[in-house]
Amino acid sequence: MKIERREFLKLAGLSAIFGLGGTAIAASVQQTPSYIPDPKELTGKRWALVINMDKFKTDADVKRVIEVCHTKHNVPNIPNPKQEVKWIFTEMMENVFPEQQDKYLTEHYKHMPFLTLCNHCANPPCVRVCPTQATFKRKSDGIVMMDMHRCIGCRFCMAGCPYGARSLNWIDPRPYLDPKKINPEFPTRMKGVVEKCTLCYELIAVGKIPACAEASNGAIVFGDLEDPKSEVRKVLAETYTIRRKPELGTRPSVYYVIGGMKDAGKGA
Amino acid sequence: MYNGGKIILGLIVFIGLMAAPFIFGLGKGNAKPNPSIDTPAIKAMEKKQCVEAKAVMKTEHMKMLNDWRDSVVRDGKRLYVATDGKKYDMSLQNTCMKCHSNKAQFCDKCHIYVGAKPYCWDCHIAPKEGA
Ligand code: HEC
Ligand code: HEC
Ligand code: HEC
Repeated sequence: MKIERREFLKLAGLSAIFGLGGTAIAASVQQTPSYIPDPKELTGKRWALVINMDKFKTDADVKRVIEVCHTKHNVPNIPNPKQEVKWIFTEMMENVFPEQQDKYLTEHYKHMPFLTLCNHCANPPCVRVCPTQATFKRKSDGIVMMDMHRCIGCRFCMAGCPYGARSLNWIDPRPYLDPKKINPEFPTRMKGVVEKCTLCYELIAVGKIPACAEASNGAIVFGDLEDPKSEVRKVLAETYTIRRKPELGTRPSVYYVIGGMKDAGKGA
Repeated sequence: MYNGGKIILGLIVFIGLMAAPFIFGLGKGNAKPNPSIDTPAIKAMEKKQCVEAKAVMKTEHMKMLNDWRDSVVRDGKRLYVATDGKKYDMSLQNTCMKCHSNKAQFCDKCHIYVGAKPYCWDCHIAPKEGA
């Protein structure tokens, strides 16, 4: 059989159309897998916390917040202070705000334990020094993340962090977890990796606020610094707040309200 | 030939020793692993299927887990839309292991056979067996 050039082109065109249509039909049934955010996710440009120390009346208030965070994330309770692992913890005023030291400061503040955690800095030194990008800054919302899978335990980040917010697992953490309280939905860590607070990115991803803020009875306010209508911005506009070691240029996203300051805490 | 008998006997013993592993190994060790999907979660499923087709899972699950990990931890995207349009939370502990709650009879069966030792369980919490 001999096919004219014209006939051939007609046939070729037809089969091309059919071919394309065919794949389109197949595609509507079989799509290539894709990755999407949870529709419940909270979105913000730069997440921040305002910690109102005045609203932590007793040691129990502070302990409760720490306990909630550490249980949720399977943070071990290692008694040896040289090996301890912590995400949110307390430090004395003189260590948290060394530049605010003054011998005339009220005794109350000199001996008051301050809640501290990763500051999720806008300009994080830990991220700059990490050789594997195991710690990195999320472009979308400013969280300073930890990818435990990439951490090689070199501890450059611990040297880089001016706030002592990072802990190395010197030993296997698992024996130091309370078997009754272990959270089966979250991993533990292993010997040789560095860990810290990740601002509960896993809760934000499903529309919840960080566990510390949730458990604080309003003493910790969470919100988007770049959104003028957010709760954190309201507090910052109405109250005098301070950040840790601002002179270093790390630009922390964690703010403190300390009592005695005029109007402190009114907006929170 | 000096000591011919001894040499031949020696040779027989030698060959016998060398061949022993093969002779005694016959029929063993090649038994294909047979991972069990007998778990409460899978029993409760009407249509017993994995996240993707079985053949895909068999050969691609290690890569899939890597992609899930990077998507969740690095890109902040937690939902996987599978080829059939179903959505899954991309979690090793909360998705894979909820269905495959029999790690020892499933994951480990294959991994011991191929000599793979995923280090994931140093951190990720394996399901309580027998549950
Ligand atoms: C909704 C329940 C469910 C979830 C979630 C699930 N699986 Fe499966 N999986 C199954 C079932 C059922 C089969 C058997 C499928 C079949 O026989 O067609 C299977 C089969 C497999 C197989 C092939 C086993 C074989 O014998 O070849 C592998 C490998 C596997 N799953 C790994 C995973 C991994 C890894 C994950 C997480 C990424 C996962 N599964 C999540 C239900 C599930
Ligand atoms: C059908 C057999 C089979 C089953 C069932 C199976 N795997 Fe695998 N898995 C393999 C093979 C084969 C490899 C590749 C080993 C290699 O390349 O060295 C592998 C590799 C892996 C790796 C990468 C290992 C590495 O060292 O990088 C991970 C992670 C993994 N499997 C997770 C799982 C999990 C979790 C399950 C259970 C939910 C599972 N697998 C069930 C056969 C299986
Ligand atoms: C050093 C500890 C560590 C090791 C080892 C580890 N992971 Fe993870 N992994 C984590 C932590 C911590 C998270 C964050 C958990 C979260 O956000 O829910 C995580 C998250 C994940 C996630 C996404 C979230 C989830 O709930 O599962 C996947 C998938 C994952 N890991 C897979 C793996 C696989 C596969 C391996 C082994 C090849 C592995 N991981 C080894 C610590 C580890």
